[in-house]
Amino acid sequence: MDQINQLLAIMLGAILANNFIFSQFLGICPFLGVSKKVDTAVGMGIAVTFVMGLASAVCFVVNNFILIPLGLGYMQTVAFILVIASLVQFIEMFLQKSMPSLYTALGVYLPLITTNCAVLGVVLLNVQNNYNFISSVVYGITGGLGFLLAIVLFASIRERLVFADYPKCWDGFPIALVTAGLMALAFMGFSGLKIW
Amino acid sequence: MDVMNIVFAIVVLGVLGALFGLVLSVASKIFEVKKDPREEEILSHLAGANCGGCGYPGCAGCAAAILAGEAPVTACAPAGAENAAAIAQIMGQEAPTGERQVAFVRCNGGTNAKKRFEYVGVKDCMAATKVAAGPLECSFGCLGFGSCVAACQFGAMSIGPNGTAVVDPDKCTACMACAAACPRKLIVSVPASKKVHVACANQDKGKAAMSVCANSCIGCGLCQKECKFDAIHVVNGVAVIDYDKCKGCKLCTKVCPRDAILPIATAEEKEKYKAIKKAQAEKAKAAAEAKAAEPKA
Repeated sequence: MDQINQLLAIMLGAILANNFIFSQFLGICPFLGVSKKVDTAVGMGIAVTFVMGLASAVCFVVNNFILIPLGLGYMQTVAFILVIASLVQFIEMFLQKSMPSLYTALGVYLPLITTNCAVLGVVLLNVQNNYNFISSVVYGITGGLGFLLAIVLFASIRERLVFADYPKCWDGFPIALVTAGLMALAFMGFSGLKIW
Repeated sequence: MDVMNIVFAIVVLGVLGALFGLVLSVASKIFEVKKDPREEEILSHLAGANCGGCGYPGCAGCAAAILAGEAPVTACAPAGAENAAAIAQIMGQEAPTGERQVAFVRCNGGTNAKKRFEYVGVKDCMAATKVAAGPLECSFGCLGFGSCVAACQFGAMSIGPNGTAVVDPDKCTACMACAAACPRKLIVSVPASKKVHVACANQDKGKAAMSVCANSCIGCGLCQKECKFDAIHVVNGVAVIDYDKCKGCKLCTKVCPRDAILPIATAEEKEKYKAIKKAQAEKAKAAAEAKAAEPKA
């Protein structure tokens, strides 16, 4: 029961209270760059969720069965970057062969994930929080879902911003950044959430 | 010992990296997707300027579209007819026949066009049109701030002596990037061999068109009457040349009272043509009179 409670707490934390975008400020680059349309935002969110889940699993294995036994825990960051880059490359090849439609739908966003710090963030946080394998994977996937939620909400607001009557000098990124700031404030409301 | 630590870390990470590299290289063989070699070949025949004139994102996008059959083999105007023929061969099609096109600016007003106010803002055509619909009385005329000149990647455009944009047909590749940059939509694609063009796009009715510019087409239709090949017509208040029919005789330029058709005929040429016409008319009249007189006799 404790285990399930802990997992629920991780999920809630990753999606709402400690949202990767709005309270940890990780993965801001794709969040701002790929949020002009809801369609592409959904594609990016799903791709990130996918990679974050897989990266959590693979990095857990690499960390606990290679780095820690060899006393190389301090090389985590470097090793994880290596893992993530290879993983993204592998997934890209796999998708191109077996799911061409998904590959073309994700398009350029897939390789972009290599440099998404939310992915590196989630694997490092897994180590920091001493999560076991299941918790790590759950944290990775739900963290990705939190990213998906944030980017889709943000993209739908930006789509409507086109019709908003704000001063011209705010056009483009200024108004987007203000919007993102307001959304981060709104997500602060979740910080008191707890699961008993 | 410290040195050994470093070496150990390097070796472990190196092995890890090599392992991943091995997995990736094996994966790239397993998951290899055969790319059509023709795409590369087509790409090599495109201009490589990434000008975007074809409407696809860069030359690679255009090559993919040509291969997919979405774009015609002539999609890349800057590459020219030779390369289009080469691409057609790659695609197993007949070489396209079609004349080289160049861009043409349908305005020769410039300093001859009346100004409503002195515009002192950003030197950009789009910006100028946003200020009270532009500084010119004529709402069709070239503003001469050179947005098209900036858009041209081939150095084929410039602002001419009378303040309108002009195209250098030798350098022009008909990529039409200039047309997209022109807020007044004045730039059209015309066959490179044709030399007679209507340099006005003003669709206003006679008097309105006459009052705003010294070189405006007023839609009087003299050219239409004069043309022996049915090649020039007044459409929506402005003369338009049908380039399939135009033989380049330049008769229309000589009768145009507004000097709106290029190349502009000199006063001398116009007088000469008037004299010839007058002589012809008199001759015809005399012949008719003679014919009328005959049956009586």
